[in-house]
Amino acid sequence: MFFEVDVERQVGEAWVACRFSAPDGLTVLFGPSGAGKTSTLHMIAGLLTPSRGRIVVHDRVLFDSEARIDVPPERRGVGYVFQEARLFPHMRVAANLHYGAGEKHGEDFERLTRVLGIAHLLDRWPRTLSGGEARRVAIARALLSDPDFLLLDEPLSSLDKARREEIMRVIERVRDDLCIPILMVTHDHDEAKRLASQIVAL
Amino acid sequence: MLSPAEWGVVALSLKVGGVAISCSLPIAFALAYLLARQNFAGKVVLDGLIHLPLVLPPVVTGWLLLLAFAPDGPIGGMLMRATGGTVLFRWTGAAISAAVMALPLMVRAMRLSIEAVDRRLESAARTLGAGRWRVFRTITLPLSLPGLIAGGVLGFARALGEFGATITFVSNVPGETQTLPLAIYSKLQVPGSDAAVFRLACVSVLLSLGALIASEILTRRAGRGIHVL
Repeated sequence: MFFEVDVERQVGEAWVACRFSAPDGLTVLFGPSGAGKTSTLHMIAGLLTPSRGRIVVHDRVLFDSEARIDVPPERRGVGYVFQEARLFPHMRVAANLHYGAGEKHGEDFERLTRVLGIAHLLDRWPRTLSGGEARRVAIARALLSDPDFLLLDEPLSSLDKARREEIMRVIERVRDDLCIPILMVTHDHDEAKRLASQIVAL
Repeated sequence: MLSPAEWGVVALSLKVGGVAISCSLPIAFALAYLLARQNFAGKVVLDGLIHLPLVLPPVVTGWLLLLAFAPDGPIGGMLMRATGGTVLFRWTGAAISAAVMALPLMVRAMRLSIEAVDRRLESAARTLGAGRWRVFRTITLPLSLPGLIAGGVLGFARALGEFGATITFVSNVPGETQTLPLAIYSKLQVPGSDAAVFRLACVSVLLSLGALIASEILTRRAGRGIHVL
């Protein structure tokens, strides 16, 4: 199994406990809002520490409460596309994209910006982007950091129909062409059905 | 215009203010970061100590500095043994009192801007492979730069106006510790120097106003996401 996750912790008032294993391909974490989907992604990324549990990705232990292993987020090999784009407001799009990539990915950079349709946005400031553009930039930025796996948190929320279709195709290309394992959170049944190779209900 | 002696006063004021702020800027930022981001025992006490010069009578701050920096005082003694000199009656002492008086203003402005930095951007940077230091350098510091600069300029303006603590701590020595406010005070004691008082007061107003306007412009530019430096 590519992902082996078994975590629990208190988040605000709620107790979040999540246990699943998933192969590579695209796994959807499906459930109503407030079920702890985002918290689970945060724990896998290392941004939230589980009070107990174990996270193994591709045979690499990222967290183990018993063995006291807690790999810091920058060394987990994660690419995280947050629900909000979280682009750095003081850097142009190009600098945002290079943040995790350095300068070395010349060819990948060209190809990816073309595939995601953001090549014409490189000189823009993040605050001038539309919601769909910002999300595509965020996806590209995560992919350019050369991740071993991708976490997508509601990547299709608050987009109009045309934009959703566009991002949906992007996700399919990442899944099929780049072959990067993906964990995706959604509460939309149709999205889950169309994109997922496996669905985990929370 | 100003006489050579009056130009000397202005130059000394700028030197004292400039040295005071450039030396205390990193300290102020570190303290602001600590107060904005860390929770530790004694945080309230540290916060109170930093703000004390803001509410204490300046003459008391000056007297406390005098106790600490006197040749037989705790800091003055160390300085004496290390360098064989003292900051009393020297411009360096004037810079120290200006820095202490400006510190609370600087820390306040910087703390607000650090607290305003969206921490979600920092965690995004972490997931992109940046360690804590790189996140600080590339995200936290640039995004809080407006407050850093505004705090520095505000502190500089405050340092130029410093009077009570300075005159208590390092006295009023022409050419050494006699900054603008002290020179104006001395002139006021001499009958018939109204014109000189007027000239120095004008310089004082211009410098302070200039510093405040510069701080405002820099803050706005930085706030629009334009690189300041």
